[in-house]
Amino acid sequence: MYVGAIFFPLLGACIAGFLGRWIGDKPAQWATVFFMALAAVCGSAAFIDVALGSAPGVVPLFTFIDVGGFEVSWALRYDTLSVVMVAMVTFISTLIHLYSVGYMSHDATIPRFFAYLSLFTFMMLMLVTADNLVQLFFGWEGVGLASYLLIGYWYEKESANRAAMKAFIVNRVGDVFFMLGLALTFWTFQSVEFETIFAGIEAAQGQTFLGLPAFEVIGVLLFLGACGKSAQIGLHTWLPDAMEGPTPVSALIHAATMVTAGVFLMVRMSPVLEYAPTTLTVITIVGATTAIFAATIGCVQNDIKRIIAYSTCSQLGYMFFAVGVGAYQAAMFHLFTHAFFKALLFLGAGSVIHAMSDEQDIRRMGGIWKKIPLTYVMMWVGSLALAGVPYFAGYYSKDMVLEVAYAAHSGAGMYAFAMGLLAAFLTAFYSWRLIILTFHGAPRADHHTMEHVHESPWTMMVPLLALSAGAVMTGYYFYDMFVGHHQTYFWNGAIFTSATNQVLEHAHHVPSWVPLAPTVVGLSGIALAYVMYMFAPKLPAMLANALPGVHRFLLNKWYFDELYDAIFVRPAMHLARVFWKTGDTRIIDGMPNGAASLAVGVAGGAVRLQSGRVASYAFTMIIGLVLFVSLILVGMPR
Amino acid sequence: MNTAGFPLLSLVTFLPLAGALIIMMVRGEEAVVARNARWTALWASLITLALSLLLWTGFDQSTAEFQFVEQVDWLPEYGVGYHMGVDGISVLFILLSTLLTPLCILASWESVQTRVREYMVAFLVLEAMMIGMFAALDFVLFYIFFEAVLIPMFLIIGIWGGARRVYAALKFFLYTLAGSLLMLLAILAVWYEAGTTDIPTLMETAFSPRMQFWLFLAFFASFAVKVPMWPVHTWLPDAHVEAPTAGSVILAGVLLKMGAYGFLRFSLPLLPQASADFAPLIFALSVIAVIYTSLVALAQEDMKKLIAYSSIAHMGIVTLGIFTFTAQGLSGALFTMLSHGVVSGALFLCVGVLYDRVHSREIARYGGVAKIMPAYALVFMVFTMASVALPGLAGFPGELLVIVGAFKVNPWVALGACMGMILGAAYALYLYRRVIFGKIVREDLKTLLDLSPREYATFAPLILLTIWMGVYPSSFLNFFEATVAALVARHEAALGAARLAGM
Repeated sequence: MYVGAIFFPLLGACIAGFLGRWIGDKPAQWATVFFMALAAVCGSAAFIDVALGSAPGVVPLFTFIDVGGFEVSWALRYDTLSVVMVAMVTFISTLIHLYSVGYMSHDATIPRFFAYLSLFTFMMLMLVTADNLVQLFFGWEGVGLASYLLIGYWYEKESANRAAMKAFIVNRVGDVFFMLGLALTFWTFQSVEFETIFAGIEAAQGQTFLGLPAFEVIGVLLFLGACGKSAQIGLHTWLPDAMEGPTPVSALIHAATMVTAGVFLMVRMSPVLEYAPTTLTVITIVGATTAIFAATIGCVQNDIKRIIAYSTCSQLGYMFFAVGVGAYQAAMFHLFTHAFFKALLFLGAGSVIHAMSDEQDIRRMGGIWKKIPLTYVMMWVGSLALAGVPYFAGYYSKDMVLEVAYAAHSGAGMYAFAMGLLAAFLTAFYSWRLIILTFHGAPRADHHTMEHVHESPWTMMVPLLALSAGAVMTGYYFYDMFVGHHQTYFWNGAIFTSATNQVLEHAHHVPSWVPLAPTVVGLSGIALAYVMYMFAPKLPAMLANALPGVHRFLLNKWYFDELYDAIFVRPAMHLARVFWKTGDTRIIDGMPNGAASLAVGVAGGAVRLQSGRVASYAFTMIIGLVLFVSLILVGMPR
Repeated sequence: MNTAGFPLLSLVTFLPLAGALIIMMVRGEEAVVARNARWTALWASLITLALSLLLWTGFDQSTAEFQFVEQVDWLPEYGVGYHMGVDGISVLFILLSTLLTPLCILASWESVQTRVREYMVAFLVLEAMMIGMFAALDFVLFYIFFEAVLIPMFLIIGIWGGARRVYAALKFFLYTLAGSLLMLLAILAVWYEAGTTDIPTLMETAFSPRMQFWLFLAFFASFAVKVPMWPVHTWLPDAHVEAPTAGSVILAGVLLKMGAYGFLRFSLPLLPQASADFAPLIFALSVIAVIYTSLVALAQEDMKKLIAYSSIAHMGIVTLGIFTFTAQGLSGALFTMLSHGVVSGALFLCVGVLYDRVHSREIARYGGVAKIMPAYALVFMVFTMASVALPGLAGFPGELLVIVGAFKVNPWVALGACMGMILGAAYALYLYRRVIFGKIVREDLKTLLDLSPREYATFAPLILLTIWMGVYPSSFLNFFEATVAALVARHEAALGAARLAGM
């Protein structure tokens, strides 16, 4: 069962990928759905066993590397932390496989798509059940590969190829730090296995690296790695572009699972981070900044998927600052609920795009809520959960995250609280901007498209319904386990908090206005969106004209892409040409080639010298004499 | 006399020569001769491969001693003997050579149509020389094999190569020969000093620090060109571009390993002090190689040239790993050498597949190949990802170990090596995107055929090996674990002794 939950998706991927051409589209896709469902059953059973029955364990497979004390094995680690992820990933992945059956039905290479999707799920499961940092890195890069393949799934589109490459390379930047962090972990703890690392914390505490505490350096390096995968500010540029992939991919990889891998890594390394206070502060600040930064951009984008992508980026910021203030449980809780409602939003958006004949620009939508009422309701549910309206899932988790930030009683914590609150306001605003522009008002699409607007088939609606149930209930139902009274029993040591870290406890005793604040700002954000887009639709344009600089700055996503292009991409390409044309061809090759032609030249010159003309002999003699005399004169004084 | 009970290594070494002899004796019509030559070469190389597998099964992984040793006096008065044997460092390279040769012969099945007989003879001779070089345990013997490898390779590039083949072949020959002459001087000096050229004996000999310095430089000149290290690397792209596909495969797969093998076999054990002294220089050159050549690869417009530059970058990782003198770094370097042999060989085969059909290596000539050749696209993807060092494929364990090893010695060097991770992904994916993805613009590409059964047969073992090495690297690492441990121990002991002597 434990092994099955991980390897069934791989089996499905192999069947669809290698046999797809022979067994046909339908059997291939249903085979992946079947094995995914099987994995979900195993995953849920594991969740009940391990998390609810508190029976953690490790399933060893075989040795990977064993060189000079550097020992790495393939093994599946099942504790509450991983099993929460396994259950969530297999469950959501199954729904998305099912959804894809409908969504991709007109595609030319269906088995390829499902093979990639199942491969991704397998890699993600390897990541979360990793027993050591190397195996985690295997999953980490594996999901990166699957993400690359799926973003570039429509490889005939140049923009998709570019986005896929960008995603891979930006992630690689993060991976470099991961790799270095891994190396330092090994030389600090003499192991990369979690069990040994966590047991060796006490012994390794005083170690330094380049004059800095080793724990801090490890923490920062791994955090930088996590920034790449989880699209934190600076390394976030790939995520919006990743929306070039099919929508189910965005829902599964770029909302619910892969992008949260960074958060997972941080939580997994909690025993180390607990002793790295500076790192935690850095994480808090970066997370809070990302939360507000992405939210501001989300307010002005016009592509329905990109808006949700920036929203994802912003929500990941929440999770990170929750980690930063030491409330790993709250981060996991938000990760868990977010997976449901964000997948719901993406799939809802996919249903809209499907209905609108592949239109993604919300400026060319509008007036369709009566035609696709069920999708409309689903988008409402997702948005309500995202905005943190009471009793929806996001309400519990986002409130908790903001409360712990407040309860941290530190400068960084207060910064995170303020930014988080502001971002919550913007979140509600852009969510309803999206809903109103997409569904309400006069239709802005052409006549032809509007005639085609239709509700999606059942394979797409069933997953929507299931996810909306999650978006409504997971918050209320799991609150006590993740962050409430039962949390110690539930986590069962999978998350480590030091004795001085009482932030979760304090969060339950914050002033009464703190839990209320997110709801209030959320509702006012919704109200503002109604004012601006429903009742006074001229207002946004006026505002944009009044503040052209700000608007352009946000529309161009803070100019990150332009900046990176100017300081990394173009110089690298330029340097490449210089190295090649000047370095290799002219200098390095120039010398031997030059030596060869010199030899030829000298030979030719020597021939010319013996010309037989007296004048030139005399001239040479005079020059020789002059040189000889001057040498003697220069040498004299010594 | 050895574990196999018969002179296995000599047999493996000289069997290809026997095949070459048979091919040379065939007479008759052109077409008949060509067909016979192909089949004879294939069988000769396959039998060699089968025999060499005895090395895999019979090799005792628990010891660092030389195994399958054969020793015959040759010039006893000069201390020169015919001495063959393998240890953990060399055994897998023999297997790599015997594996790649039949694949190369398969790859040349249809693409080589002129002077087929001579081509096959050259390949078999090349195989014999490569194996001999890895098995030689006598300096003079080693030198003979080391130099003899040049001749068939020179001919393969110069006769069956592309348009600028003569320039490329000469450049290849002169560069490597210039280095080798210095090595010959060094060997003479070693012989003069120690009175023998027997490698195991020499390993016990301590050279004075001054002597070590000069010897190291001489060896360095030879091996650095072979690796190739920056800035003596420019012969490689030219040689690769002009060489026929199979020539590139062997060049990248085995010949590039000769330099690094030389460092491991001679520089490190014989000259520990000088190796330690020169390590910073090697680090600098390696890191420059990784970053510089990766960048240059990014700008290439020729598929083979791009892969050639990527090979130089990977070799930078190898030299870096060797001179960390840590178990991780050395194992990582060895593993990277093996995986690079498989992966870059396979990448050149991938280029060859397209070249055979379209007769162009220009990247801009292609685009959208995935649509018409899906199986090929998958194969190419596997090797691209292996070259990028994706975990789970062959490239990763080596790179991981080298970085871990380098990190202990100097974290900044490790960071430099890591830059290759980013740039490597950039050039490899950029190549893949331009060739495989995109829309098909050119009409003639639409009629291309996907992989033929012969091509499947060529790629299948390489794919299996790539995945095997990525998922279960211990089965390879175990081969050299004992030898590497002994090497590290001896190195540290030698340095310790030198330090004591200095006090």
